[in-house]
Formats: sequence, structure tokens, C-alpha cells
Amino acid sequence: MYGKGLRALTLAAFVALTTTFALVFFYAPLDADQGFIQKIFYVHVPVAIVTLCAYVLGGILAALHLKTRERRWDLRSYVVIHIALIFNVVGLLTGAIWAKASWGHWWVWDEPTLVSFLIVFLLFATYQPLRFSIEDPERQARYASVFAVMAGAFVPLNFAAVRAATATVHPRTFGTTEGGLPSQMAWVFLVAIVAIALLFALMCCYEIAAKQTRWQLRALRRRLLGSDAVAPLGRSAAPALGEPARPTPRAPRNPAEAAS
Amino acid sequence: MSEPVMRERASAASAGAASEASAARPMRPSLALLRKDLLLERRAPEAVPAMLLFSITTFVLFHFGLGRDEVSGQLAAGVLTVTLLFAAILGINRLFVSEQEEGGFDGVLLAPIDRTALFIAKAAALFVFLALVEVVAVAAFAILLLGPSPWPALPGLLLILTLLNTALAVVGTLVSALAIRTRARDLIVPIVALPLLVPALIAAARLAAPLFAVGGADALPTKWLAVLALYDLVFGLLAYAVFDFLLED
Repeated sequence: MYGKGLRALTLAAFVALTTTFALVFFYAPLDADQGFIQKIFYVHVPVAIVTLCAYVLGGILAALHLKTRERRWDLRSYVVIHIALIFNVVGLLTGAIWAKASWGHWWVWDEPTLVSFLIVFLLFATYQPLRFSIEDPERQARYASVFAVMAGAFVPLNFAAVRAATATVHPRTFGTTEGGLPSQMAWVFLVAIVAIALLFALMCCYEIAAKQTRWQLRALRRRLLGSDAVAPLGRSAAPALGEPARPTPRAPRNPAEAAS
Repeated sequence: MSEPVMRERASAASAGAASEASAARPMRPSLALLRKDLLLERRAPEAVPAMLLFSITTFVLFHFGLGRDEVSGQLAAGVLTVTLLFAAILGINRLFVSEQEEGGFDGVLLAPIDRTALFIAKAAALFVFLALVEVVAVAAFAILLLGPSPWPALPGLLLILTLLNTALAVVGTLVSALAIRTRARDLIVPIVALPLLVPALIAAARLAAPLFAVGGADALPTKWLAVLALYDLVFGLLAYAVFDFLLED
């Protein structure tokens, strides 16, 4: 049985997102300098924070895979990094839109958060090609985990280096000096982070459930119709599940045999 | 006693003896592997000449691409470090080729030694290759492109290049081992290694910039020394921890 608790999680994410957008549009005050466009901040910053945390989480899950050798950790690490990549693209695009609106350029180099975000994206964008170029599923999982551990540790280090390299113009969200948020904005922002994190978790759970279901279906088809009916696996970047892991005695391959 | 059993016992005994020996002198397997790599490179020079030619060609390209006869300051630091980084990619690509093609991996796995010995040896070999390349490439850079006199910059540059080479060697060895058994080896190495090395490049380029300043070499910014040293330390420890997983088959 897969996807336990998916319905509750879906509802929670839906409610949180709806609340966030309602708060953003009707409750949060309009920014004095930037006006309406500032509201993209409630999407951009939570997405960016969730993305970076997810990359680190992907590294931790990969380390668990290396430690325990259980395929499910690799699956989780893969899915977390996969969804984080999508969030990363969203973060880059919303960041560029915001930069255009508030600084007048689509891309600002003296903007450490944006630049390091791009570098992290470039690094993690190689995760899938790396997986795809390794055929043996066991080795694929192992090598991908090694990569994910390195890349997960790279994220904070990269941020420190890029931030040190540039004079910062990015609004520090919880800056202690003059850059602090008014309390109303801070509340909405916190709700937005929770909502985006829930959305991330939801997407991961759906993806994991979908992958497990697909492999389960494959195993069932093979058992029912014989191995000829199931097309052989092509090369894939996604982790392989199930079949090699459980060498249980199968029902007779031939349906006629089973009937007799 | 039957023949196979005897052989087994003999091999177990020799394995025990060897592991005792390696426990007594833990660096010995690494040194042996390093010697092998250096010997290979001396008998049939492959990576070092290629990296060197590549670096000098890149300086010529920069001369035309930038349209300048002389560079200084941040521009000079960028040209030098980026060239060395790209040259290192060539070496990283070749680093495990002999192991892969001639069965060196099996040799290391069969030998009663710690697998990390291979990592240490390969990183040290890459470090030595890079240092050899830099001896000539930095001189060529000073003659071909650098505006200010290179002599006052030399001690600082030595320190920067040592730290940069460590970063390149550690990350390069890991990426090389990661990519060697994939189908698209020469594609995977640059796309994985370059983003990973961005922080090291930032730090090295910022460190070298004041050395090449027009008015004479300034002091090194300690902030960047700390960043580069931290990078070396973190990735050194990480690579040391995860390298084993790339070898077991």
C-alpha cells in the first residue's frame, strides 16, 4: 500500500497555500518603495529557502543510503533532489523577475544569493545526466549518492564564498539592522514558508508513491503475464526499484501452467 | 591437506602479514601507488605535456580574445586561475584511465590495503602534475601576458597555488573516479567539476588580484585565504570519507 497519508497532506498543502495567497493579497501591507511587485517575495524567498534545505536533505538521505545500502534511501534522495531542481528553476525565474522590477536588470551579478543560487543549480543539474550515464542500477545509486553527499555539503560552502565575494544589496530577510521586516510581513512570510515546504513535501510524496506504484505494477504484470509481456527496462536516470531486491519465489511464469 | 585449502591459508597468512605491515607504515601503499603514477608519466608523458600546451595556447587565446598585450590586477588573476582550472580538467579526465583500462582498480581491490590509499596517491599525483605544469605555465604567463613584474608576487603566488592545487587535486580525484566508469566520461568530468570548483576559483582569483596589482604586490587578503583553506579542508575530509564507495564492485 503506497501513498499513506497523501490525502491529509494534500489537504494541508492546499489550505496552507490558499491561506498564504489570501494573506499576501489582502493582509500584507504594500511595500513603500517597490509597491505591488514586492509581493513576489512571498513566493521567491520561501522557494529559495526550501530548495537549499532540500539539497542538503538530499545529501543527508544519500549519506543514509551509503550507510545502510537500502534502496529506498536512494529513491528518497533522488526524488528530493529532482523536485528541488524544479523549485530551483522557479526560484531563479521569480528572482530574475524581482531583480528586473526592483533594480532594473534581469540579472544582477553583485547579488550573492542569486549568483550562488545559479551555481548550485548548475551543479545539481548534472545529477540526472550523471545517473543516466551509469547503467548498472546498483552502481548508479551508489555513485549518485556520493555525488549528492558532496553537492549537499557544497551548498552552504558555496553560499559563504559567494556572499563574501560581493557587496550585498539583497534585502536580508531577518536582518537585525535597518533591513528588518515589519511584523505583519514577517507573519505572512512565515506562513508562506510553511506552505511552500508543505507543497514540496507533497510533491515528493506523490513522486515516491508514483514510482513505487509503477514498479509494483511492473512486478505484478510480470508475475501475471510472464516476463515476455513486460518490456525490458531502458536506460533511466531514475532509481530502479523492486525487482532485483526481492528474489521471492514467483508464481509459475506460464498462465496455462497456473490454471492447471 | 588439499591444495586449494593450503593456498587459501597461505594467502590469508600473507594478507595478515601485509595488513600488519601496512598498519605499521600506513602511507606505504599510497607511496607505492604514487610512485607508479609518476613513473608512468615519466616513461610515457601524457597528461603533463597536454596540460602545459593547453595552458600556453589558452594564454595566446586570451591575448587575442581580450585584445590586450598586458594584463594586471583582477584581470591577470582571472586569466591565470581560469587557465589553470581548465588545464586541470584535462588532467582530471585522464587521471584514472590507466586504472580503468589496465585493471588497476582490480589490483587495488585485491590487495590487502585500505582503498583510501588509492585516493591519496591519485590526489598527490594530480597535485604533482599541476605543480609541474605551473612551473612552466606561470613563467609563460609572466612573459607573455603579465604587465607588472612577477618577482614580488612569487611568495604569495606559491601559497595560493599550493592551496588551489590541493582543491583541484581533491575534488578532481573524486570527480574523476565518479566519472571514469560512466558512459559519457569526458562530458561528466567538466560539467560536474567546474561548478564544484567555483568557490575555490573565486577565492584564488581574489587572492591573486592584489599580487598582480600595477603598483607592486599588495598583501594577501586573509578572508580569502581562510575561504580557500576551509574549502580544501571540507572537501578533503568529505572526499576521504566517500571515496571508498566509488571502488567497491
